[in-house]
Amino acid sequence: MTLIEQEQAEPAGEVPERRITVTVNGARATAVVEPRLLLSHLLRQGLRLTGTHMGCDTSNCGACTVLVDGTPVKSCTMLAVQADGHEITTVEGLATQSELHPLQEGFREEHGLQCGFCTPGMMMAAKALLDRNPEPTEEDVRWALSGNLCRCTGYQNIVKSVLWAAEKLRA
Amino acid sequence: MTQALDEIKIGGLGSSRKRVEDSRFIRGKGNYVDDIVLPGMLHMEILRSPLAHARIKSIDTSRAWQIPGVHLVLTGEMMATRNLAWMPTLSYDTQAVLATDKVRFQGQEVACVIADDPYIAKDACEAIDVDYEPLPVIVNPEQAVADGAPVIRDDKENQADNVIYNWEVGDADGTERAFAQADVISRLRLHYPRSHPSPIECCGSIADFNRATSKLTVYMTTQAPHIIRAAVALVAELPEHMIRIVSPDIGGGFGNKVPVYPGYVASILASILLERPVKWIEDKTGNLISTGFARDIYLDGELALRKDGKILGVRMHCDADHGAFFSDAQPSKFKIGLLHSSFAAYDIPFGHITARGTYSNKAPGGVAYRCSFRVTEAMFFQERMIHAAAADLGMDQAEFRRMNLVRDDQFPHRTPFGFLLDSGQYGKCLDVGLKAIGYQDFRAKQAEARARGRLLGLGISTMTEPLGAGNSREYDILGIKMFDSAEIKVHMTGKAIVRTGARTQGQGHETTWAQIVAHELGIPAEDVVVEEGDTDTAPFGMGTYASRSTPVAGAAVAMAARKIRAKARQLAAHLLEVSEEDVDWELGRFYVRSAPDRGVTIQECAMAAYSNMPDGMEPGLQNMSFYDPPNLTWPFAVYIVTVEVDQETGVWDVTNMVAVDDCGVRINPMIVEGQIMGGLTEAYAMSNMQFITFDADGNCVGSNYMDYLLPTAWETPGFELHSEVVTPSPHHPIGAKGVGECAAVGGPAAFVNAVMDAISDTGVRNIDMPLLPDRVWEALTERHDVSGAPPVRSDG
Repeated sequence: MTLIEQEQAEPAGEVPERRITVTVNGARATAVVEPRLLLSHLLRQGLRLTGTHMGCDTSNCGACTVLVDGTPVKSCTMLAVQADGHEITTVEGLATQSELHPLQEGFREEHGLQCGFCTPGMMMAAKALLDRNPEPTEEDVRWALSGNLCRCTGYQNIVKSVLWAAEKLRA
Repeated sequence: MTQALDEIKIGGLGSSRKRVEDSRFIRGKGNYVDDIVLPGMLHMEILRSPLAHARIKSIDTSRAWQIPGVHLVLTGEMMATRNLAWMPTLSYDTQAVLATDKVRFQGQEVACVIADDPYIAKDACEAIDVDYEPLPVIVNPEQAVADGAPVIRDDKENQADNVIYNWEVGDADGTERAFAQADVISRLRLHYPRSHPSPIECCGSIADFNRATSKLTVYMTTQAPHIIRAAVALVAELPEHMIRIVSPDIGGGFGNKVPVYPGYVASILASILLERPVKWIEDKTGNLISTGFARDIYLDGELALRKDGKILGVRMHCDADHGAFFSDAQPSKFKIGLLHSSFAAYDIPFGHITARGTYSNKAPGGVAYRCSFRVTEAMFFQERMIHAAAADLGMDQAEFRRMNLVRDDQFPHRTPFGFLLDSGQYGKCLDVGLKAIGYQDFRAKQAEARARGRLLGLGISTMTEPLGAGNSREYDILGIKMFDSAEIKVHMTGKAIVRTGARTQGQGHETTWAQIVAHELGIPAEDVVVEEGDTDTAPFGMGTYASRSTPVAGAAVAMAARKIRAKARQLAAHLLEVSEEDVDWELGRFYVRSAPDRGVTIQECAMAAYSNMPDGMEPGLQNMSFYDPPNLTWPFAVYIVTVEVDQETGVWDVTNMVAVDDCGVRINPMIVEGQIMGGLTEAYAMSNMQFITFDADGNCVGSNYMDYLLPTAWETPGFELHSEVVTPSPHHPIGAKGVGECAAVGGPAAFVNAVMDAISDTGVRNIDMPLLPDRVWEALTERHDVSGAPPVRSDG
């Protein structure tokens, strides 16, 4: 996590700063940040976890969805300082070195992505659903993903991907 | 006997192989432009105009310069010293890069700040003081041509009004005679609203000028990197070989990422001035209010009809609102795109279209949003007019279409506007669709429901779409002929790399081009890697839009592979010690005709090309092809929707939707179906909720995702897809026709026709899209047509 220190190495004038500690995908990271820094920017620029995408800046598209203590959060409208002391999971935390998460497999098997830009956010929102409801109906999935926009797929295959993953997780 | 390869097993044509590109995307390891970080990189933000039309009295940037971390503040005046305040558009007009004299639409680029980080750059934008003198605003064509209208483009010599062009096509006299013979003339007026392609990823660029090598590298969100390279060479007056455009992974394009935008140009100049990489990432509002809009055309249409249902002629006048600059990316011969592909699927002897383009104080528009140029409008007008005509005649919607659609034995069919349709089985597609939706049963159920006060409706859309421009005889952009290219290199171990001039943005080229190679050469698809988007390595191409990729670049892949196969045949003859004429080909293998057991694989030929070629033969196994299509390809589709309209609220729900797409040979059925479902969703969006409009002051309504409504998984209905009908293109090397956009093109009319059918008792002829509940409710209660044309009331 030395990268953060480098990122913060050129402070601009009289900018207030806060020191925060977050756990991202199991690894603790400490950073000195401007209070206005968005969580999404901390993840993308500070930690170079670029799988969390920024689409709309207004919490509508959900491309930046991550889990904060297991709850799906749109990281473009959460400040980094609000994440202090919390556990964050991003798309990079889904797979292990040797194995994909069933959601990742499901999206590939059921052609749940095209351009791939909304995909990380979709998978994180879906993970939150499957964590609390291992046997979702199609309607459950559609409702759980209704804060995430996709412009390519028409959602039908995304829903199938999540149901595929749910089945695999139950097996 | 050796067994021939199983084409499906090696991932050839017709295989629903899983996508190669998914492996990085599902891990969050895509490489989109905002993911790229270069050493010493600075960040650019754009200050935009809050007003739609105003004279700039002064711009004071002094406070912005004082903010620590600011490296450069660019204004139009500074751009002008480099002759970069204006740039040419792809439609022979000019467009302001940064405003100098006036702002001409809300959101226009006024100044740029380059700073250490985007937060500082945004702060500095807010510290720029611009003094504006507001001017009267124009938001529709009627205002544009009204007496005394302010001239928006007073920067142009010889531009005394707001008219950009008047254009016509067809046979005016013949059409006049057809109308004179008509028993019934069916008329329809409507507005196809402005829309925005709105990929989730906004536009952006990283310009990196290296003084030491004089090379400019630009990473950018572009669907057409080679066109951008040419444009940068011309606009920035840099030598083309010193420009490298790299289009990394693109988070959706849909036509939005074809034009050249001021942000790209400003980031390039900033990098040249500062000699550091400069990154510009647009925010969503910037994307929605300033970049490539689509549609915004008014139709005045008429059909001349015989009592028995035969269409004798068609007449259309269209007013297109292009915004402040005419910046369509479209073939130069056709001012309003391929609008004259309207009614191509119908056998109509005479037609005449007139079109007028006008300026307004709105963002420059007219990109081909998930369609071939203006074809979405063409097919929507057609299918809405067909629906109204059948209703006027009291004829069944399906039977009226069947009577007038081009018959199988009429291909190739010349349309009254000059297109040549290649092939199709229109009647069969219609039959499949009607059967799938349960047409007769639905009509019975509809009548029964109506008797009980429930409003059910069914809408049909039957359409064809001209895809794959060129041929180069007729299609060019700024004089550059529309063809495409592919290059294949087969390595000595039989693995291969394919590069094309197209650029995938979700269409799956990395998967499907390899399938074409597998089909042509028998090299398993998994042994073929595909690379696109880097102008230093990819062969020249016109890019990916207008469903061009498969019809043109995909054809080039097949043709390049065939050249390789021809050389491999020579190598095979050499290895088998027979003459070339005695060698036959089956998938992946050449063999001696008289002794089929004696053969060599394509992999063995590849090795021979590097290790054992005959005397005098040029070594290696690689080739390329420039493909100039002989004609457009013409897929056909039938979309049928059933809806129920709530009389009390005007809300309508889709109860069923059937899509029958005949797109010729399907390379990867899984990907094709994915494309169709995506297109249908956009069609549903446009008919139901998605539009951009303006109030009388030119304020953009729909400048963010809270106001610009896009459907989510919750609203989007399910779709039933049918692939039974396959009519291969007779002139495409593998018989494919293209499919990515048909559903978005033909779909909207099916939804609208369904609602109009449900409320047919009201006598209302039209409700403009989107069919918002308040519009439907107004039609139901007031029993009059409902216009959605701007300006909208700003009080609500």
